[in-house]
Amino acid sequence: MAGSTLASATASPATQRPRVGPWQEAWRRFRKHRLAVVSGVVLLALILAVAIGPLLWAMPIDEIDFTARLQQPSWAHPLGTDDLGQDLLARILYGGRISLAVGFAAMAVAILVGVLVGSVAGMAGGAMDAALMWLTDLFLSLPQLPLLLLIIYLFRDTLTGLVGLEVGVFILIVAVIGGFRWMQVARLVRAQFLSLREKEFVEAARALGASRTRLVMRHILPNALGPVIVAASIDVAAAIIAESTLSFLGLGFPPDVPTWGRLLFDAKDNLDFAPHWAMFPGVAIFLTVLSINYIGDGLRDALDPRRIISA
Amino acid sequence: MTEDDLRRLLARVKDGRLSRRGFVKRMAAVGFTAPMATQLLAVTGAAPAAAQSVPAYRPTRRGGGGALKVLYWQAATLLNPHFASGTTNQDASRVFYEPLAGWASDGTLHPVLAAEVPSIENRGLAEDGRSVTWKLKRGVKWHDGQDFSADDVVFNWEYARNPAVAAVTSGSYRDVNVVKVDDYTVRVEFQQPSPFWADAFVAATGQMIPKHLFKDYAGANARDAPANLRPVGTSAYKFVSFAPGDNLRAELNPNYHMDNRPYFDTLEVKGGGDAVSAARAVMQTGDYDYAWNLAVEDEILKRLEAVGRGKVNIVEGGGIEFVQLNATDPNQEVDGERSSIRTQHPAFRDPVVRQAMSLLIDRNALEQFIYGRGGPATANFLNNPPRFRSPNMRWEFSIQKANEILDAAGWARGRDGIRAKDGVRLKFVYQTSVNAPRQRTQAIYKQAAQRAGIELELKSVTASVFFSSDVANPDTYTKFYADMQMYTTTMPQADPERFMNQYTSWEVSSKANNWQGRNIVRWRSEEYDHIFRESQGELDPVKRAALFIRMNDLVVGSNHVIPLVRRPTVSGSLNNLRHVLSAWDGTFWLLNDWWRET
Repeated sequence: MAGSTLASATASPATQRPRVGPWQEAWRRFRKHRLAVVSGVVLLALILAVAIGPLLWAMPIDEIDFTARLQQPSWAHPLGTDDLGQDLLARILYGGRISLAVGFAAMAVAILVGVLVGSVAGMAGGAMDAALMWLTDLFLSLPQLPLLLLIIYLFRDTLTGLVGLEVGVFILIVAVIGGFRWMQVARLVRAQFLSLREKEFVEAARALGASRTRLVMRHILPNALGPVIVAASIDVAAAIIAESTLSFLGLGFPPDVPTWGRLLFDAKDNLDFAPHWAMFPGVAIFLTVLSINYIGDGLRDALDPRRIISA
Repeated sequence: MTEDDLRRLLARVKDGRLSRRGFVKRMAAVGFTAPMATQLLAVTGAAPAAAQSVPAYRPTRRGGGGALKVLYWQAATLLNPHFASGTTNQDASRVFYEPLAGWASDGTLHPVLAAEVPSIENRGLAEDGRSVTWKLKRGVKWHDGQDFSADDVVFNWEYARNPAVAAVTSGSYRDVNVVKVDDYTVRVEFQQPSPFWADAFVAATGQMIPKHLFKDYAGANARDAPANLRPVGTSAYKFVSFAPGDNLRAELNPNYHMDNRPYFDTLEVKGGGDAVSAARAVMQTGDYDYAWNLAVEDEILKRLEAVGRGKVNIVEGGGIEFVQLNATDPNQEVDGERSSIRTQHPAFRDPVVRQAMSLLIDRNALEQFIYGRGGPATANFLNNPPRFRSPNMRWEFSIQKANEILDAAGWARGRDGIRAKDGVRLKFVYQTSVNAPRQRTQAIYKQAAQRAGIELELKSVTASVFFSSDVANPDTYTKFYADMQMYTTTMPQADPERFMNQYTSWEVSSKANNWQGRNIVRWRSEEYDHIFRESQGELDPVKRAALFIRMNDLVVGSNHVIPLVRRPTVSGSLNNLRHVLSAWDGTFWLLNDWWRET
């Protein structure tokens, strides 16, 4: 990131503070956003919980115990049990792995496709640009949920035949959710490219004989990343919600895989008798999505070079 | 009770030495139900098979009852009874159309458009079992003012049996001949002595459509008839509006052929939603008067009942929730068709595996913790009327025994804990519709199977897809592209003939018949076919019952069919609604007799 480092180094030559890189600067600015920091801690806690929680809380997720049906939270079952006496804490921890994995993987897909399409369109211009933006508009105008149902119906069997049921459904859901959320990213990236490629530092690099790939990889893309990271954080949340929607509709993963959406679906009939059953997965989804959104908010503040945040 | 005893008793009734009621009581004492006893009397000519079980109707004038609001969480899509596949469409048609007679809850016939129920006494039934003569009620008018007559009855027969019309009711009319005797008398003639004569013109398949509106649409254009969506019937309620898949409205018919009926001024049948919200809309909030088919965990229903507004109605019928173990291979494609009859299931062809599967489902837990009053555990496929219930079948839940027999048969556990033999692993796809009690059952089955080294992969399909007859969809239950599946099948009549034909070899569901065949498990047995054919000509009711018991034992004994729980019809209604329900007929079979206590 030669251009920006130089610029910031020359902008504050007189201060006594040690030289800070752009990432440290971003971190400094991020810390100023209290909610984002708190959300970061919450999200980290959630990720840690689902990652190592099942190791510590060794209760099986599918142990049926009719003597312990619909129990309120207790020491034996900290989050209570469902109507088959299955421990909800174990199920939520296990389900969280899937929900979060789907969220982050779908985000990765969306960002990858979005950045690719956006940068190609932004760099190439002309007919290529127009065609790619038409494609983007086309995807934007498709109704997401009906199409999702159709794709799952069409490809579920083929894919599960190839790689097994759970992996197959995972790939399908990630591909489908990711495949329908790249359009905003593509537009953002393209807009960034259009403005950045005319900037002086890019012209300078070009004058020095940098190749097109180097221009993109070293100079333009790093400077366009700020908005992309923000979009990514929103995509994670959207993907978790989309997976929950699918599970809630009884699609997606097999019925015995306790993703958060599936737990909610199972619990909804008992809402007034056993509210804890629906509450805990609901709270987990809520906390995850909310904290990711705040983190995105904080990242936007931190990564926007034009925004001034005092020390 | 032997056949001789029975004949002696019947003779005493005929001579007048024993009252009919006394006879029914004696039969009940030895395990025969009232419906079967009365049918026995009717068949042997000792009594009319008229129902005495319809509760008294008390309102003394027509109308004035306000609105009746009924909730069907699966909505009707059309209103022609001859195209009505599925209960919801049959029931919605029944709001407007009436048959000659319907089935009361005790399994006896109750006349609607017939003046009386045929019997040997009133010379409606031929002694040789080859014909039945129906006398029609006089003075019945269609909603548009035209008279109802024998011509309409004959027309319905011609219409339903016409292959160009492609009516779903054709099975009831194809093999009979109908003759108009006079304007108010028709005779149904059978090709062979028929012990079960009350199929054509009775109950759901017997709903009468008017000749004057359908005669121009009695061929390949039948689906275009305007009256398919704007019915003109003879019933107590006239058509107002219909939104397919959503809402059906009707209003009082001022010229109805029965006195003081109906009680309600308007009727609304609202579709959509799910069973639980339907139960709530009646029993918790009181927004609706009646909710159909509450396939809901009993726990929830009990808590809703405790609110005190409404009650749960449980009517015993022939419905049964059961598991099918595919006799064919769902993973092998033959001529563009999976689960082809030319294949054999690699694992389920071993009777030991099937027996193990039957040992691994805890029916007691299902009854106690999931279905409750709505699902008593059973070992039989054919449970009702009780005279057809086999005493020979037992069910057992034993993981240990399943393990033992699998070990003995050479199905050894692999490193992943799953049993295999000769390259065939015991890993099965187990599908059913999306429905909370069914997903619970799947979870319970899966856990027990796991302990016996069998892995079940659960799959749940939305009910509207699973139960659709969409030929293009691979997930329907009639295609059965899975190793196991589970659903409820119902018995539309108080006689098992139509019910038990679903295991005959000529009913196998396949690509050739667009998966319309009723033998979905694709199990075949020459012995079964033979016994079924025999039962069709058996006029002696006692011998006939023994044949059906034998059929039940054959199919259940094969373990390709694993009965889980009986499913009486469960519905919810407000405490003050007085309805007449029957498990042997549609919900609206006697809608004209519904009223509200004030």
